[in-house]
Amino acid sequence: MTRYADMDQVAGDFYTNNFAKTAKESSLILNLGPQHPSTHGVLRVIVEMDGEYILRAEPVLGYLHRMHEKMAEVKTAAQFIPNMGRVDYGHALAWNWAFLGAVEKLAGIEVPERAEYVRTITCELNRIASHLLWWGAYLLDLGAFTPIMYAFDDREKVLDILQMPTGSRLTYSYYRIGGVALDLSEDCLRSIREFIPWMRSRLPMYKDLVSDNIILRKRIEGVGVIEPELCRRYGATGPVARGSGINYDVRRAEPYSVYPKVDFIVPTSELKDARGRYDVRMIEIEQSLRIIEQCVEQMPEGDILVKGAPKPSWKAPKGEAYFAVEGGRGKIGVYVASDGGKNIYRTKLRAPGYSNLSLFAEVSSGTILADAVAILGSLDLIIPEIDR
Amino acid sequence: MPAELIRILIGLVAVAVSVGLIGLVMVWVERKVAGHVQRRPGPYEVGPYGLLQPLADALKLVGKQLFMPDNADPILFWLAPVLSFLPVLLLFLPLPLGDGLFTLDVNLGLLLILAFSGLAVLSLLLGGWASNNKYGLLGAARAVAQSVAYEIPLLLSVLAVAFVSGSLDLATVVKEQGTWPWNWNIMTQPLAFLIYIVSALGETNRAPFDLPEAESELTAGFHTEYSGMGFGLFFLAEYANMVVVCSVATVLFLGGWHGPVLPGPVWFVLKVSLLMLLLVFFRWTYPRVRFDQLLNINWKWLMPLAVANLMLTAFFVKLAQYAVVKM
Repeated sequence: MTRYADMDQVAGDFYTNNFAKTAKESSLILNLGPQHPSTHGVLRVIVEMDGEYILRAEPVLGYLHRMHEKMAEVKTAAQFIPNMGRVDYGHALAWNWAFLGAVEKLAGIEVPERAEYVRTITCELNRIASHLLWWGAYLLDLGAFTPIMYAFDDREKVLDILQMPTGSRLTYSYYRIGGVALDLSEDCLRSIREFIPWMRSRLPMYKDLVSDNIILRKRIEGVGVIEPELCRRYGATGPVARGSGINYDVRRAEPYSVYPKVDFIVPTSELKDARGRYDVRMIEIEQSLRIIEQCVEQMPEGDILVKGAPKPSWKAPKGEAYFAVEGGRGKIGVYVASDGGKNIYRTKLRAPGYSNLSLFAEVSSGTILADAVAILGSLDLIIPEIDR
Repeated sequence: MPAELIRILIGLVAVAVSVGLIGLVMVWVERKVAGHVQRRPGPYEVGPYGLLQPLADALKLVGKQLFMPDNADPILFWLAPVLSFLPVLLLFLPLPLGDGLFTLDVNLGLLLILAFSGLAVLSLLLGGWASNNKYGLLGAARAVAQSVAYEIPLLLSVLAVAFVSGSLDLATVVKEQGTWPWNWNIMTQPLAFLIYIVSALGETNRAPFDLPEAESELTAGFHTEYSGMGFGLFFLAEYANMVVVCSVATVLFLGGWHGPVLPGPVWFVLKVSLLMLLLVFFRWTYPRVRFDQLLNINWKWLMPLAVANLMLTAFFVKLAQYAVVKM
């Protein structure tokens, strides 16, 4: 103990020391992360604790910053598509879509109708995979080890389906400027038709075994109450906002693609707590299945790529465009500004996770450590997306 | 050398060996059951049905570098895992596996077990404190609060059985019970059995009450900084503790070695295994409770229930004695 007696004064980096300046004398400064089992990657949260109680929390970002926005400045629009699959590994296709939607809007390219349907089907499948991933990981945060195995089993089926047209399982770069890369084969469509009833049969089991479990309910009910006003202040979207009773879904609010033609509800919850967000996501899985079912029925024959689709060296015309889609975590917005040069001059990515995480500092103060973990999990954070 | 001492020495060696063996078997069982609960095969590469997997794991643990963090207290840091393991060995001594099959003939066997199992929390506290890690400290603080709280209902539920049997001698408690399930204490003391099992989960830090090492909150809690055999001893002690609480439950509530047809020790091992399986199933099916909820369960439910149960039992025992005297 004596050898490094002076360690306490010098230990800690800038963030910790800066955070500790305003801490109370008797409190404990704890770094959750960047390596911590429940921060799902490299999120770091500095917390000031009084026993088990959290007095103050501050997320520290930037451990997985990969300069996607800068990379967009040195690549042509087509070359940048693979980057979009790597921003959010949970719902990669939504990012594909947001970027290409912006580019297509900029260039005034009309996407063939079949391609729109293919995009909707694959994007919704990806959303199911994303929510299943969250579900399993969230229960792992709450100390239940088994559900993640079941979730991954189901997710595996989705990945198998998505693998057929996209050729990859996690970081898709499947959409192209003016359409998609490959049509859904008969095999693929059959697998999708088989998957829908199978997934529907699983959801009641999850409800019985997990959602209604008394320990789980006690852990998430009334925990992490986020008022709608707080959501609006921080710009929270997606299931986090809908779990607080805000009826906002980009698919309904700013309809794009074929979403106006399909029938689905936007689930909201008045509970405002972790339970509300949990319920919203579970219902969203059902609704995604509904959308896929209708799309598979309605899908017309035709081209999947617009005639004269842009080549990799294609130059975007001069102008600006913004396009938003509903991702698994909320509103994904991409803003592109082009000066007519080889590369798009500036690309701004709006990641929903960033806004959702910003809530955390305010919501978690005054809770106990286990609740903070439950709140953090209920925000469904994907760290690469937050840092971009 | 007196015969009693030789008996204890032989017993201790046998216990030490069997605890090691039980640890290995339980690791395999736990992983295999977890595997099947999670719809995967579990270990199957090393040896037939993966039976040699725990042996390979143990070898790996033994071979690992013993690492100690810079600011840790060296004496307490290494004392903690040893202290967690050694008292557990003593707990096995008074356990009667069959009629007359025990190491230490002591008529206060129950008291001995309760006293030494109280020592377990000391090692968790030392381990968490000495490793100079904030997660470790939080885990240690949780361990103390939890163990102290759960020891009380555990004690009260055990006392109820002692009242019924009129003895703290484990062998006597078993002899008071009969061959068939309806002759066991669980029939007269079902509430005490429930309270005992729940508090035993809390005592042994098993899921859903594994808060001192809550992985998703405290990374590994009190043993965050331990690697190699330091961790191995904590791990072994956890399984040994599980065996002890299950054995005590068998002795007190499930008729010990009693059972039809098969010889006594076989019945004993069977009952203990069944209870162990139950604990394993709990771990792999339930989420973890929150710390305040954990203490609430204890102070608001288990404690009052245990006290009420004890008072009722005392009343009826006294009534029965009175009736006997009257006649």
